[in-house]
Amino acid sequence: MRDVAIIGAGLCKFGERWNSGLKELMAEAGIMALEDAHISSHDVEMLYGGTMASGRFSGQEHVAALMADQLGFKNIPAVRIENACASGGSALRQGYISVASGIHDIVVVGGVEKMTDVTSSEATTALGGAGDQEWELFQGITFPGLYALMARRHMHDYGTTEEMLAAVAVKNHENATKNRFAQFRKSITIDEVLRSKKVADPLKLLDCSPISDGAAAVVLAPLDIAKKYNDTPIKVMASTQATDTLRLAERDSLTEVKATRIAAQKAYEHAKVSAKDIDVVEVHDCFTIAEIMAMEDLGFYPKGKAGKAVLEGETALNSKISVNTSGGLKGCGHPVGATGVKQAVEVVWQLRGDAKERQVDGAEVGMTHNVGGSGSTAVVHIYKRAD
Amino acid sequence: MERASASLWRKIRSRYNLVGNECQNCNTPYFPQRVVCRKCGRNSKMVEKQFSGNGEIYSFTTVRVPPDTFKDEAPYFIGVIRLEEGPMVEGHVIDNGIAPKIGTKVRMQFRKMYVDGQEGLIYYSFKFEPL
Repeated sequence: MRDVAIIGAGLCKFGERWNSGLKELMAEAGIMALEDAHISSHDVEMLYGGTMASGRFSGQEHVAALMADQLGFKNIPAVRIENACASGGSALRQGYISVASGIHDIVVVGGVEKMTDVTSSEATTALGGAGDQEWELFQGITFPGLYALMARRHMHDYGTTEEMLAAVAVKNHENATKNRFAQFRKSITIDEVLRSKKVADPLKLLDCSPISDGAAAVVLAPLDIAKKYNDTPIKVMASTQATDTLRLAERDSLTEVKATRIAAQKAYEHAKVSAKDIDVVEVHDCFTIAEIMAMEDLGFYPKGKAGKAVLEGETALNSKISVNTSGGLKGCGHPVGATGVKQAVEVVWQLRGDAKERQVDGAEVGMTHNVGGSGSTAVVHIYKRAD
Repeated sequence: MERASASLWRKIRSRYNLVGNECQNCNTPYFPQRVVCRKCGRNSKMVEKQFSGNGEIYSFTTVRVPPDTFKDEAPYFIGVIRLEEGPMVEGHVIDNGIAPKIGTKVRMQFRKMYVDGQEGLIYYSFKFEPL
């Protein structure tokens, strides 16, 4: 196994991108990543493309070949990775494996989703496919509904409050105001979150990540040649993944995402670090309760304690641990297939010291956490500066 | 709905009567049915099991933004129900005037779920009524 580094990172502006389709979004992020890595399209040997539901959203399948086509990667092998909302993180892991194995040197990992061409009801149905079609979606359960079921039980068991949930959205919107790629560059207050329209009690509209268009890309290379391309390559210290039952009610617990806990434990072992070594982390805050559970399942807080910590500002930019500096899924947007790759892009910028007004002081070790469905897949990566 | 009706239709026996199954190797009951026992894997020995329909609410929510199929029904209650035999299952909680709470006892009822378009099939399933 070879050490693997990220030598290029690219993103497009997230949001309602009326003038851009799948092709334009992918090309924007992809070209930025190639320029960042100082390579040409002809240097790329393999592409992994993460997308969840391009067929439902755009009627377009075969997205990896389309990405390679649009970016001028002539005739290279390309594979689409679909793992619901963890498609991007899973694609990154496949890219990592293919470089680590020695099969390919220069690999591009892209993620994309074009979600705003359909109605919100159609989008709700499409995203529902990340759960159990026969026993969750059929019964009228939506994704906000699944996370609401977790939130209700978390509140019951640990005293987590709606204010604590709201504090996650407030923090992430605040971070998003400092990110020019973010969908929402607007501060909100706890009161605004609490007064926003109810979606699935106790979750309200401002507890939910939005429907978004967007794409992200990174370029991977073996660490030993990474300096040829980039002065500050970012080493991938760990790339882990775990699964759990597709159906929420069948899990051991509704108040933890066991797949996250397992993937995180392995990642800490592989990277030889612990939670207290992480300076900056992008977690999967598809709903505010998801960030609170992630903080607990990733080992930053004991079970039941993360909500209070968020409310007290411990996870704000340059506080005890800087969480979702990009604005997270809530503030930056959640084009599902792009999200896992975007998280890596943000951490690369943070570790290079390129995150501008949202820079975490002295960030050395970073982490990303990408979840599929209501916790059926979790992908965790740990990164470190390698210069 | 564009989705093939057959995929939903073939589960009607389970849905109408709350028929799950149980692994005879480890005595773990399942609802909905599993083809393979989670604990025993390839050694599983699955036999059908009739569930009583009694249970209690483990968690619940009110869905206000529904999927296409339930667009005329919202808002409605959804619960995670712990069946008295052990398994947990998601389902509608009937609004009979008793506000759902964690711990509320419920009983399975047979109910209409939705109609597939203007002239399509009518789908039925279990719902849970607070007692």
